[in-house]
Amino acid sequence: MRFKEKIYLSLTALATLIIIGLLSYIIFDILKNGIGVITWEFLSQPPREGMTKGGIFPAIYGTLVRTLLMLVFVVPIGVFTAIYLNEYGRGSNFSKWIRLAINNLASVPSIVFGLFGMGFFVLFLRLGAGLLSAALTIGILTLPIVVVSTEEALRAVPNSYREAGFALGATKWQVIRSIVLPQALPGILTGAILSVGRGMGEVAPLLFTGVAYYLPYLPSSIFDQFMDLGYHIYIMTTQSFNIELTRPIQYGTALVLLMLTLSFNIIAIFIRYRMRRKRS
Amino acid sequence: MNNKLKIKISVRNLNIYYGKFLAIKNITLDIPERSITAVIGPSGCGKSTFLRALNRMNELLPDVKTEGEVSIDGRNIYSPDVDLVKLRRNVGMVFQRPNPFPKSIFENVAFGLRIQGIRDRERIEETVELSLRRAALWDEVKDKLYKSALELSGGQQQRLCIARALAVQPQVILMDEPASALDPIATLRIEDLMRELKEEYTIVIVTHNMQQAARVSDFTAFFLTDEDRAGMLIEYGNTSDIFTMPKDPRTEGYITGRYG
Repeated sequence: MRFKEKIYLSLTALATLIIIGLLSYIIFDILKNGIGVITWEFLSQPPREGMTKGGIFPAIYGTLVRTLLMLVFVVPIGVFTAIYLNEYGRGSNFSKWIRLAINNLASVPSIVFGLFGMGFFVLFLRLGAGLLSAALTIGILTLPIVVVSTEEALRAVPNSYREAGFALGATKWQVIRSIVLPQALPGILTGAILSVGRGMGEVAPLLFTGVAYYLPYLPSSIFDQFMDLGYHIYIMTTQSFNIELTRPIQYGTALVLLMLTLSFNIIAIFIRYRMRRKRS
Repeated sequence: MNNKLKIKISVRNLNIYYGKFLAIKNITLDIPERSITAVIGPSGCGKSTFLRALNRMNELLPDVKTEGEVSIDGRNIYSPDVDLVKLRRNVGMVFQRPNPFPKSIFENVAFGLRIQGIRDRERIEETVELSLRRAALWDEVKDKLYKSALELSGGQQQRLCIARALAVQPQVILMDEPASALDPIATLRIEDLMRELKEEYTIVIVTHNMQQAARVSDFTAFFLTDEDRAGMLIEYGNTSDIFTMPKDPRTEGYITGRYG
């Protein structure tokens, strides 16, 4: 019995160690090879000389803009959907179907979103391939994150608060607006930030919806094409005429993308931590 | 029952179903104005369901069906033209566990006014002070009105909830075991407060605690479940009569502690 116990302990510990090891290796490798590349010039300048020199500023810019644009669509739609599911349509068949749809949405391969985005936003709605179409496509992909985390946050608001509100003569919307939402705000924020972290690193949905190989100028409207960090890594490792020559740029770009997504996740963890401490 | 008292709430043939389950069965009783009426009985006998029928809080749960009539000041609150918001302003409620909002003490009491769209700062301040005074809490909180309500003790939180209910100027106050989560001293304070409040308000209280019903109420209704677990009214009358000379042997059995 003792012996068996030890085997299971070792197995679980081993599994954990494998994950930590892999993650550390990836981060260490990217840090080691990327840190030397990161200079102010790298961050603030466009690529030069057939993208073998210079910086990645247009890709940073494109990634940030398309992600912010995504937030503008995803947060209201996701939050309102979650409010409907949890506050208005609780237990109804309709909300069961919506929830099922959202869960399925979360398991659709991201390249399928890309194809859908091209068919629906780019061609059918005639938005063209650009920041807007890309942001909307990524938005659909990250919508489940916002809906699920908002729902969790709403569910965590004790029902007794809602009852107290109703008993004072508040309408449903007043209860949601002035009692439930303020309480759920940290959770909603966490969800929004996690969706940013997720959406930022996605490449496949951008492929047909507006990402560009190289642009000599920054996008000036939401219908313009854009450069993107993840896509930049992809083309530098597969399409570059000299992969060895551009390797430092690949590592540098990966490091920048990693740092961006990591910092968003850390912000989310921090908010969640403060929220928990406030509750207890 | 004393016939000289004016009837505030009149319940006629009230049936409430949760889905197909009959939770309370054929309740008929009259609740007099400016008095405390206690509803007692064992767990699951429909006391809270009955109480929540008086401000239509049962409707927040899915699949609840209510039959019969509940009239307040002669008006059936279940008739289709009743404005739920107005009804609930008129019939305040205090819950089993103190449930102040995670806002400041001031904002808790001001909440009912704010949702009515009242913006007049002076009027809000006046009402908040008056309500806190009536709930016997003013002296304890007047220096920390903008501190979080969650920093108060359980008993203070419950009095804050009473103040919050008073601020919207109800005529009826429903209390669902308001002291069950409090210590004995806080409980006595709530009971003192109830005695003061009945000068102006009609109070209906659900309680597990028979001594509390005997101490504080003027009238007592005893509920029990029948063989189908439906709650029904066994006996209703002056509290002193119910506790000293109950007419029904089941009432006597309950108050002498033979079951429940």
